[in-house]
Amino acid sequence: MSLDVTQSLASDRQSPQVKAFSEISQAGHALERATWAAREFGTYSATDINRIVSAVADAASRHAEEFASATVDETGFGVVEHKIQKNLACSTGLLDEYAGADFVTPRVDSEKKVLEIPRPAGVIFALAPSTNPVATVYFKVLLSLMTRNAVLISPHPMAKVVSNRAAEILAEAAVGAGAPDGVIQSLPEPSLPLIEAVMKDERTKLILATGGTAMVRSAYSSSNPALGVGPGNVPVFVDSTADVRAAAAHIVDSKKFDNSVLCTNESVLIAEDSIADSLVREMSRLGAHFLTVEESKKLADVMYPTGRLNSEVVGKDAHVIAGMAGINSGPKTKVLVAPISAPVPEEVMTHEKLAPVLGFLRVTDAERGISAARAIVRIAGAGHSAAIHSTNSRTIMAYGAAVPVLRMTVNAGNSTGSAGLGTSLATSMTIGTGFVGRSGVGENLQPSHLVNWTKVAHSTLSQDPMPNYSGLDPWRSHDQPVPEYPVASNAQRDYSVAAPTSVADGVISKLGASADGDRISAVSDAALRAEIRRLVAQELANMSKG
Amino acid sequence: MHEYGLFSFDSKDEFLEKSMQFWNPDKTQFWQDSGVDLVIDRREGYLLWDMNGRRLIDVHLNGGTYNLGHRNPEVLSSVRDAMGHFDMGNHHFPALARTALAEKLVATAPPSLTKVAYASGGGEAIDIALKSARHATQRRKIVSIVKAYHGHTGLALATGDDRFSKLFLSDQDSEFPHVPFNDLDAMEQALRGRDVAAVIMETIPATYGFPLPDPGYLEGVKSLCEKYGSLYIADEVQTGLMRTGELWGITKHGVEPDILVTGKGISGGVYPIACVLLSDKAGDWLEVDGFGHISTFGGAELGCFAALKTLEITTRPEVRSMVHYCADLVGSVLRQVQQNHPNWFTGIRQNGVIFGLEFNHPEGAKFVMRELYELGVWAIFSTLDPRVLQYKPGILMTPDLTEELLDRTALAIERAEQSVGSNSWKAA
Repeated sequence: MSLDVTQSLASDRQSPQVKAFSEISQAGHALERATWAAREFGTYSATDINRIVSAVADAASRHAEEFASATVDETGFGVVEHKIQKNLACSTGLLDEYAGADFVTPRVDSEKKVLEIPRPAGVIFALAPSTNPVATVYFKVLLSLMTRNAVLISPHPMAKVVSNRAAEILAEAAVGAGAPDGVIQSLPEPSLPLIEAVMKDERTKLILATGGTAMVRSAYSSSNPALGVGPGNVPVFVDSTADVRAAAAHIVDSKKFDNSVLCTNESVLIAEDSIADSLVREMSRLGAHFLTVEESKKLADVMYPTGRLNSEVVGKDAHVIAGMAGINSGPKTKVLVAPISAPVPEEVMTHEKLAPVLGFLRVTDAERGISAARAIVRIAGAGHSAAIHSTNSRTIMAYGAAVPVLRMTVNAGNSTGSAGLGTSLATSMTIGTGFVGRSGVGENLQPSHLVNWTKVAHSTLSQDPMPNYSGLDPWRSHDQPVPEYPVASNAQRDYSVAAPTSVADGVISKLGASADGDRISAVSDAALRAEIRRLVAQELANMSKG
Repeated sequence: MHEYGLFSFDSKDEFLEKSMQFWNPDKTQFWQDSGVDLVIDRREGYLLWDMNGRRLIDVHLNGGTYNLGHRNPEVLSSVRDAMGHFDMGNHHFPALARTALAEKLVATAPPSLTKVAYASGGGEAIDIALKSARHATQRRKIVSIVKAYHGHTGLALATGDDRFSKLFLSDQDSEFPHVPFNDLDAMEQALRGRDVAAVIMETIPATYGFPLPDPGYLEGVKSLCEKYGSLYIADEVQTGLMRTGELWGITKHGVEPDILVTGKGISGGVYPIACVLLSDKAGDWLEVDGFGHISTFGGAELGCFAALKTLEITTRPEVRSMVHYCADLVGSVLRQVQQNHPNWFTGIRQNGVIFGLEFNHPEGAKFVMRELYELGVWAIFSTLDPRVLQYKPGILMTPDLTEELLDRTALAIERAEQSVGSNSWKAA
């Protein structure tokens, strides 16, 4: 017996509007379930949270390799070994980084006579990009759990299989460690109308939007609170005082990292004339291929065929991209460097690339270098990040003051540095671009952004004492499943036998599978993929357009 | 003036007069006398508005008919969409929507159930179930429990308490023995003669105030049925559709029934339909004479769309989880309320979001019902045991509405206790 007939009959008779409405309604039920979960999760104790966060981080790190290679297989973007690094940074790395941090226990400031009680956002709707899909799922899930929020993940359509699987593994680990059922969920079939509907839904309490500009703007216009980030387009300036050899190594390594899919990746290299030749020599030695003007033109035609970034080049190996442009670079080439004559938007190589390709501009002095960097960020990437290689504190300070970004790394690779790896910035897959970048958050996204604190203020008059709150904790420890399985009230509550083995469970998973679209025929699957590619291309184009 | 398209009423009073005059004088009067002057007007989700604009949270749900809320937007949208192509259909012929729903129902049911017959309402569905059992076993007797309620049609009525049958000179005959609930010995006595076609059981008898089957009781009845060659009919009209936290309440007992009846909620509250799920044996008549039971409106195809959508919504994993949360919250808050009123609020019968609340007065639930009504909650006493209030939150209740409901309920229970103590008011 099969459900196929029923399924196809029912869906044939459903108009597209009814089908879309049904998907939106089911997502609404995911939000409702998350609301229940968040209601309970907000009463969990710090001990509970530590246990759950460690269990989830462990599960995430155990699957770091598997998901890294599954991600590259599914999206075609990036480098497995670097994705493993990111997955680990966003699992056990985050656990280490926030060891001892407490977003749960009330705080007392005796001097100001203020008691502070944490109040989580509740239900967080978290979007993940195609370029860092699993690391972002890990990151947003762990931040949500640290702050006692329920989270509904919207995977990128291009990475939905691996992202949904990752969310499922983390959800199992969380519930296994005592978290409320439904605290981590994901949308099995994300689509633009569905995502927009969830963003607008009043049960969504906070949107974490990482993705293309269109998506981020849509999050901000949803009427719900949103922490969205703008695109990056990172200038890196090497001045005459830099350690050229070290700078060359940092830049090449950073461009190689995950084939440049991080938004913190260097996009345009600006070098002072006095050190430019030696920088070219050093970088060439390390696998950078400096293109001729002719080659650069060919590459631009491939990368920006219609003026917008061609998604085919995103996250690909440098020599593959060179091949696409008919340039013979050899397999040892890690980075393609294309000369730019001026930092102006009509020079396409000044735009964001998400590929191991670097624009290259020579300037006569530091002042010109700084204004070139400002010009690059004016094209795209306001509020994002920049890098500088210099030993002159005045130049570094001037660069920091002049270039409108909210983080910059000095004498280090920016891909990882601005994402908080190897610097003391918060480890983050979501880079707040602040007011200048049309965002509500100016720091690297971190747990403290996902929780409000109720301020319980007392009179400051010295004759009005503040009661003693020390040792008080409004939360309680949870050692039973949440919610309890609904055993009849006249039956023994014995959890060892209460687990349902009923027929209904099997049926639900059966129906769930068919509703999830596992039965989509090969033909419609191909059409779906084509549609996704179109959407991704559009999103990337918007991103590069800024 | 109250305008409703094809008709209008000047006032609530005028409407009530006409209700007495043209519709049902006794029922209309009964509610006025009970202190519940409700005339349901606007309805949405789990909220009702009286003609005069008063808002009520609905935890009666008309026996689970509005399990998914009033005018569930998804069900409405499916039925509206279907109306672009379908009507009720023609019961003489194989029908697209009936078959599609039957397949889905079979897929969701215990594996023993393989065929589906349709009715236009629960009573007719019970009649089909009983007729099917009689055909399959070639026996006539049907055993039900004392104070049973399975509907008002011919055979269904005979299985129930004589509260509804005597009036029409239709009270039980020797073919419909009633045995006490939770009494396996009495059940065995009734079945021992090997002349019983079927035992019919609500998984939790609703109209009797949801007394819970003792652990092992339903399982015991099922094995007695097997021992004596009788069929087991699970009446899941009020206990099905995720109300116990599983799609069908009977599966929590590990019982695979020979027949399962669903009605009320399966309609989505929008288009009447009831369904009888049959095992190979119970469905034998469908092989022998498919015209054996005929129902023009039974399984009307628009109703099948309402039911398909209802089943889809109900079986979402998210919804199952939500029901568990709601059951957990309501149960634990009511237990706290009970601790504050131990001599008045004497018991809580709970399975999932099915609740029977027991009060220490022969008509205690009527007092609580009235106080709840005053406080904006609509819940009904149990007709066959008015000590017990039926309290039935819907499966899509939100946390906020659940908390609001519980706040109002705690206050109503407290006020009802005072009113019983100080007032000689007796329910009608």
